[in-house]
Amino acid sequence: MRAAFVSALHHLMDEDERVVLLTADLGFHVLEPLIDSHPQRVINLGVAEQNMAGVATGLAHSGRIPFIYSIATFASLRGYEFIRNGAIVHGLPVRVVGIGGGFEYGAAGISHYALEDLGLMRIQPGMTVVAPADGAQAAAALRATWELPGPVYYRVGKNDGAVLPELEARFRVGHVEVLRRGGDALLLATGAIATEAWRACSQLEAVGVSCSLAVVACLAPTPRDEIASLLDSVPLAVTVETHYVDGGLGSLTAEVIAEEGVHCRLVRAGVDSVPDRYSGSQAYMERRFRLDAASLVKRVLDAR
Amino acid sequence: MLTSVEIRRVILDRAYAAREGHIGSALSIADIMVVLYRDVVAGRLRGKARDRVVLSKGHAALALYAALYLSGELSEELLLKYCEDGGRLGIHPQHGIHGVEFTTGSLGQGLSFASGCALAAQLCEEQWRTFVVCSDAECDEGATWEAAMFAAQRHLGRLVVVVDYNHQQALGNTDDVITLGDLRARWEAVGWLAVDVDGHDTAALECALRLVERNGSQPLAVIAHTTFGKGVAFMERQLRWHYSSMSDDDYALAIASLGTTP
Repeated sequence: MRAAFVSALHHLMDEDERVVLLTADLGFHVLEPLIDSHPQRVINLGVAEQNMAGVATGLAHSGRIPFIYSIATFASLRGYEFIRNGAIVHGLPVRVVGIGGGFEYGAAGISHYALEDLGLMRIQPGMTVVAPADGAQAAAALRATWELPGPVYYRVGKNDGAVLPELEARFRVGHVEVLRRGGDALLLATGAIATEAWRACSQLEAVGVSCSLAVVACLAPTPRDEIASLLDSVPLAVTVETHYVDGGLGSLTAEVIAEEGVHCRLVRAGVDSVPDRYSGSQAYMERRFRLDAASLVKRVLDAR
Repeated sequence: MLTSVEIRRVILDRAYAAREGHIGSALSIADIMVVLYRDVVAGRLRGKARDRVVLSKGHAALALYAALYLSGELSEELLLKYCEDGGRLGIHPQHGIHGVEFTTGSLGQGLSFASGCALAAQLCEEQWRTFVVCSDAECDEGATWEAAMFAAQRHLGRLVVVVDYNHQQALGNTDDVITLGDLRARWEAVGWLAVDVDGHDTAALECALRLVERNGSQPLAVIAHTTFGKGVAFMERQLRWHYSSMSDDDYALAIASLGTTP
């Protein structure tokens, strides 16, 4: 996903002088082509994420469209107050690019696991929050949002190989993308883990459980009506995200259920404790928190 | 007219009317704001290529409002609604009015924003200058030094920071909280052209600020040695005037201290 996103960003930089890319000393073997093409507009500020967010605010205030790039934890957490008091308060087009949501940094451990970025970003008024499911959708999402007047947060998956079948590069601001329709349960997924939800959906279908599957790649502005409508037609919904169970897609869906008065049971699949004091690959960690396809199948069957 | 006495009178009038504090911090930078707005950025505050001014020590906003008002950049109508319900001017400056580029109040954020403004000018080869007024205690903030090192690295020669070195912070003397020592040396160490100046000597301040016109590649740090509460004898160096508001008697005494009557 990262390669597709960065390639799309490269095209934007070719096309529009306003686009500036700031990095806090990350992007090795990723950003070099952009640096080669646009040495003046790709700026390494050193390991200084707060300053990166502040500088981006000043650039945006003066007519530029700055992208700030780091690992998702550092991009979203370290400079959060700068993003809040800068891009959010002033309504400026700063683009925060957080690489590698959830457990994508595997054995790198808790410091590199973004598990609250989506929640933190979606509670800020005016922030568009994007978590694509695969590379083609990431590129489409960038093209659909790069010129928005306000700030945007992108959670961009680190792994380049994954392709979510049936998604076919669809992305619209403020909408969900429905991949499957079924009456027994609804799976709502955001980010790269949507591929596991898709696999679970296929496995459930094979045992006679017909599920809807919707990719929620745009968490804000919230596709409230579409989610309510999808929830309305099933007895059970399972939200799937590599994020703490509070604050992200699960919470968002619970808000819709409560406020719209929908009669639908909700299971929030996510990360329910601090994943530290043990090491593991992305796949191991996703299994451990029951976010892999087999675990999701079991959770749907158990909840019915 | 924007003078050292008049700016202090406006600060005292509005603080008294609103029963608000942060008076000592505003008085501390009064002369800096006079020189900045009267002698340095006057006539250059409008249009895309305007000079940018950021009051990073946002709690001294009264000094900013007073300087803008006395230089004709802020209406009396807005000024008189300082801290009133629905007014545009709060204890800390908020964007959306002419003269306030950036909302501050959280210390240590102004210099990063200002560095972005200065970088934007550099990228499009514009000539505007960016001025930041920050407090000495903001030098406690790590982000201040992130921005300082970045600005020097990028040769942002049209960026100026004025540090209000009044040795006072919310809970005590800076030397007792976090010693800042030789601030000029600290800014020089991260690549800035830094000068010490008496922060109440308007001629010296003007000379120092005009160093921005030298077209150098280093950003400029003006270490303004100031007295907290300057100009009102009983407030000078008194910690309580960081937060306290004035009683009727305090106000009368303060105005008398300026050599005028209420």
